Order: sequence, then C-alpha cells, then structure tokens
Amino acid sequence: MSAIATPFPESWKLPYRGKVAMAGLIIGEAAIFTIFVVAYLFYVGKSLSGPTPAEVLETPIFFTICLLSSSLTVHLASKALEREKRASFLGMWLSTIVLGGLFLFGTAQEWHRLIYEHGLTVSTNLFGTTYYSLVGLHAFHVTAGLIMLSIVASFGLAGRVGVEQAPRIGVLAVYWHFVDAVWVVVFAVVYVLGR
Amino acid sequence: MSANAMVLENVQSSDRTWLETLHEWLTTVDHKRLGILYILSALFFLSLGGAEALIIRIQLIHAHNSFVSPQVFNRMFTMHGTTMIFFMVMPVLFGFANYLVPLMIGARDMAFPRLNAFSFWLSFLGGLLLYFSFLGGSGLYGAGNAPDVGWWAYAPLGGRAFSPGHSSDYWTLALLVSGFGSIGTAINIIATIVSMRCPGMKLSRMPLMVWLYLVMSGMVLIAITPLSAAQIMLLIDRYLGGHFFDTQAGGSAVLWMHFFWIFGHPEVYVLVIPAFGFVSEIIPVFSRKPIFGYPVMVAATVAIGLVSTSVWAHHMFTIGMNSYANSFFAITTMAVGVPTGIKIFNWIGTMWGGKIQFKLPMLFCIGFLFQFLIAGLTGILQAAAPFDWQLSLSYFVVAHFHYVIVGGIMFALFGAFYYWYPKISGRMLSEKLGKWHFWLFLIGFHLTFDLMHIPGLLGMPRRIYTYEPGRGWDTLNLLVTIGAFVQAVAILIFVWNLIISYWKGEKAGNDPWDAWTLEWSTSSPPPSYNFATVPVVASRRPLWDLKHPEDPDSRYE
Repeated sequence: MSAIATPFPESWKLPYRGKVAMAGLIIGEAAIFTIFVVAYLFYVGKSLSGPTPAEVLETPIFFTICLLSSSLTVHLASKALEREKRASFLGMWLSTIVLGGLFLFGTAQEWHRLIYEHGLTVSTNLFGTTYYSLVGLHAFHVTAGLIMLSIVASFGLAGRVGVEQAPRIGVLAVYWHFVDAVWVVVFAVVYVLGR
Repeated sequence: MSANAMVLENVQSSDRTWLETLHEWLTTVDHKRLGILYILSALFFLSLGGAEALIIRIQLIHAHNSFVSPQVFNRMFTMHGTTMIFFMVMPVLFGFANYLVPLMIGARDMAFPRLNAFSFWLSFLGGLLLYFSFLGGSGLYGAGNAPDVGWWAYAPLGGRAFSPGHSSDYWTLALLVSGFGSIGTAINIIATIVSMRCPGMKLSRMPLMVWLYLVMSGMVLIAITPLSAAQIMLLIDRYLGGHFFDTQAGGSAVLWMHFFWIFGHPEVYVLVIPAFGFVSEIIPVFSRKPIFGYPVMVAATVAIGLVSTSVWAHHMFTIGMNSYANSFFAITTMAVGVPTGIKIFNWIGTMWGGKIQFKLPMLFCIGFLFQFLIAGLTGILQAAAPFDWQLSLSYFVVAHFHYVIVGGIMFALFGAFYYWYPKISGRMLSEKLGKWHFWLFLIGFHLTFDLMHIPGLLGMPRRIYTYEPGRGWDTLNLLVTIGAFVQAVAILIFVWNLIISYWKGEKAGNDPWDAWTLEWSTSSPPPSYNFATVPVVASRRPLWDLKHPEDPDSRYE
C-alpha cells in the first residue's frame, strides 16, 4: 500500500487506548450515577414515614476533605512516576490509599450510626432506599478503586512500578478523579439539596 | 494485492483434534473469531426467539384458539422481545463490528482483545441465564417459570408482589450481565477506532460503517447504562426490600417507565445505526459510485445520536403527561426524521446514475430502503400525541416497530451477511438459494407486517392471548400467521445456505465484489494477524487508489 500513499506526516500518533477506554467507562458510569441521582432527587420528601434526611444526616466534612485531597495525592503520585521519582510516587500513592480508606471508614461509621441509632435501612422508607443506593453505589466505586490502587501499591513496594507504567498509572488516576468528582455531586445532592 | 505480499502463508495448521479446536475457540481473543462467535450465538437465539414468535402467531391464528395457555402466551411474548433485542440483534451487530472494524481501519486486532472475549462471554452467558429461567425460574415454591411481565417489565409487575419466584430475577440478571458485556464491547470499539487506525486513516477517511459504529458505541454508553441502573434498582427492590418502584410506599411506577424508555428509545437507534452502516458500505459498491455526501452522512448520524436521547417519552403519551411534555416529545420525535431523511436521500443519491448491480446484498439494501422509509413514516404518525392516544398498545405499534426491526434492520443484516460472508468464510453464498431467501422473506414480511397494521387500526390490543370472532380481525390474523411461516421458511433457507456454502460454495478470492475498503485487501478468510504489513491509506477508498493508480481518490480529497 505504501507505494500509492502520498507522503503523510511521520508523526502518526493516536491517543493512548487506555485513556480513551477510561473516558468511555467514565461516560457510561456517569450515566448510571445520573439515573441514581435523578431517582434520589425525585424522591426527596416523598417518604411516607420517617426518619427524614434533616433528622438524621450529619454533613461528613472531614471525610469529604479526605477524599477530595486524595485526588491531589494521586495526581502528584502519577506526576512523580512520570519524572521517575519512585520514592515520592510510592509515598503519594500510599497516602491516596490511606485517604480513600479513611473516607470508606467514614461511610461505614455513618451507616452504622444510621442503622443502629436511627433504625434507617434500605427498606425503612424511600429516603433509606435512595440514600443507601446512591451512597452505596459511590462507596462501591471507592472500594473498587482502592482494590486497584492497592494492587499497584503492592507491585510498587516490590519495586516493579517504573516509568514505563506511567501511562497506565495515569489511567487509574483518572478513574480516581472521577470517583472524587462523583462524590462532589453526591455530597451536594444528599447533604445539601436533599436536606 | 499479491504484488504487495499482503498475505503470508497461513501459519495455523489444520491437523488438530476437535478438542484442541474447541479449546482454541473457547479461549480465543482474536477479534475475528469472537466476531464469528457473536454471530453464531445470535443465530442460536434467533432460532429460539423465532420459535417463540411462531408460537405466538399459532395461538392468534383464529379466535378462541387454545394452542397455549394465557400464562404460556405471556411468557412467549416476553421471551420473544427480550431475546430478539438483547440476544439476537445486539450480539449480531457487535459480531460484525468485531469482525470488520479492525479490518476496515487496518488494525491487527481490537484495542483490548481480552476485554473483547470477556464481553462476548458475558453477553452469551447472559442469554443462557435468561433461558435457564425455564428450568430454574420456579424456585422452591413452584411459582412462576420463564419471565412473563413483558419485555419492559412495567412496575409494579416486576416487583415481588406480582412476580413471585425467580422468573423476573433471571430477566433482570440476564439483562444486567449482558448489559455489562455491551458496555465493555462499546468501550472496546471506541478505543479501537480512536487509537488503532493505520497510518493515514484519518477520521475523515474512515469507511462510513466505522463512523456509524463509533456513534452507535457512544450511544450504547449512555443508553444501556440507564437500563443497568434501573435493573440494579429493581434488584434492590426485590432482594433488599427497597421501594424505588413500590407504589405502596410512595415509589413511582412512572419512574420505571422513564428509566426504561431512556434506555429503550435510544436502543432503537443503537440497533439501526449499524444497519445504516451496512447499507452505506453496500450501496456504493453495487452502484459503482462513492457514497454521496460522506460528511453529511456523518453529521446526520451524530445528529440522530444526539436527538434520539431526548425522544423517549413518546412511548408514554398515554400515561397522562402535561401538554408541554407531550409537545416537546412529539417535536423531538418528528425532528429525528430530518437527519434520517437526509440519509435516505443520500443513499438514493448514491444509486442515482450509478451502474447498479442487482446482486443479493444490493437487493436486501433496496428492500431496506423502501421498508425503512415506511417504518419511519408510521413512526412519524405515532409521534403525533393524539394519534398515539388512539393507537398506543395496539397491533399498529407492533407492526410499526417490527417494520423497523425486521423490514429495516434485518434486511440490512441479511445484506451484510451476503456481502461479508465471502470474506469471513472464503466462499460465496449460493445466489440461487439467496434469491429464494430474498423473495420468500420479502413476501412473508409484507404479508405479516403490512397486514398487521390493520387489526391495530381496528382496535386489536397487543399482548392479548385470544380474541372474540367477528371483529374483522380473523382473516387478517390468519394471513399474518401464514406470513410468519413464510418468513420462517425463508430463514431456514438462509441458514441452510450459510451451512452448505461453507463447503460447497464457489471460492471467493480476496475481493469478489471489486470493493474499496481495506478488509478486501487481505485474504478470505483473513490470517489471524489480518495484514502482513500494516497498510497506509491516502483516501476513503484505498483499494480504488490501488486499482487505479492513474486516477486515485487521494487527488480529490
């Protein structure tokens, strides 16, 4: 074929497939979350019995700060890896895991309080159904992210993560940013608008 | 192409035991084999869905028939709809995408071969899960069997109270699992098209079909996911005692309808856009002209993709929305007709003045053009809310969407089978059997679905298992059923043709149709690595450039 081709620029470079796929996944996930958010907003104030969000929800400011700052640490980690600073990559990566873990702990604590102190479960009322579904769907994504981060961390501790993995690490970082961005929406919907 | 030594000696030896061959197919990550597996699994489910359709039609052949019980009838129409949409048309379209997209863009495989295999097995096993409900759906207490709540499982029918046992669980899980498979494949197709194109294959030089699959995959990402979300909610309702669609606890049945149709209507375009893609490849080759208005076709497809996400509630005119919502959805629905009309004009523009060859793929595409036009027109009729109030849930609607899916999508699909079978198998399909298939299917199709509009207009509701005599529906239903059997015979001839031609068919060679896209530059069937040297393209019709070095397309683009 090369015989008939007019000269084309030497730099035939296409986007990295991992980034493209992650963008696709994020679009799909965003649509799933949109449906859950719509359901949550649609049912605000429609529960036939208590408890209501205003009575039982407390704004999780500290844990929100944890999760949002983990976006910064994961960004710094992937930048550090690109510059071949493996020690600082590992440090930032592990702190991302700690911050994400703290956030999950916060969610667990909140659920424990809601279930044992206020008797709110999925089947109590519409608020319970929509709240646990939306927050739970997000927590599920945090958990999935933490598992992937931990796998990378274990390879990193074994000294197997180098600059050649930087693009893949970057893809994982994008996923983590998405999980954080979703939390901003969930936070606004559940703790601000929905109360 | 031999001058370019595009094809190396096929390295795969054929002297293997059947067990090794089976193992190879089960563990394959090759896009061509997965494509074939997708297509075979679709044909398998086509036979099941087709058998269910015939059972439905036998039951309705005359008034007060008792061929099956009302319960079985409900299961049949539920399984028929679910099977055909999710386990026949979706997989067959993904199969063609898998097989053809990498070949058309000069790539050696999809971007993520293992994700590809994973997605196929999710989709296939999802289908088996659905059919396992016939055995396992009764649960411990003997309640229920196969799903019987209709393919859209309107709330509260899908809930525990109205669907005891596990039949609806199988339905939900099957759709959830195969939905994840679809999302995986869609992501894979997008990543392949964006990141794996051969040098020179700019976006503006991609074959139109590849463009259309790009749009289709993007739509899958935003259309299938709402269904997955709604299925998760339904599972929460059924298993955790949630109240999303539980009207007793303040939940909303209408919300389920919205979520279902936010998926359901874009889904129609997910299915039809690849069909547009097949037609856009076949018509130019058999008119011996390049496609008319390539950029407009791309723009129209993107426009269809965008507009079709805001038309869903035209399925819900009868639930009592306010007049603003009714007007909005009526207008957007009619607006989709504009880019679709542009496409039809462009296909006709391509044929206009061409040297048309009435080979089998072209015959099916011409059938597609006429039938899809009529399907679109009856769609526009129903976009008018007051008209829809009269005809919603009648056989008119059933006739309309079968006109789209069978008259449009299936005809384009058959065209695709006749067009690409030589590439996939290395053999031509029999022209004689193909003609029988075409004419019988055409006659059967029109007998069934033209006439089916009329009982709808006369007030026959869909999903009834029998009816009173003397309402003017009797003869029509008899003819509709006869048409269904004519179609079934045609499909059998088609499948026989697929089988017999694999051994007895005429050898195809690399390029039997004198076509222009890259898949025809490699051998038939292509070697596992597709291209010995990665091709470089300079125009939309690389093979034209190769065959006509004195007047290449690249000079004009």
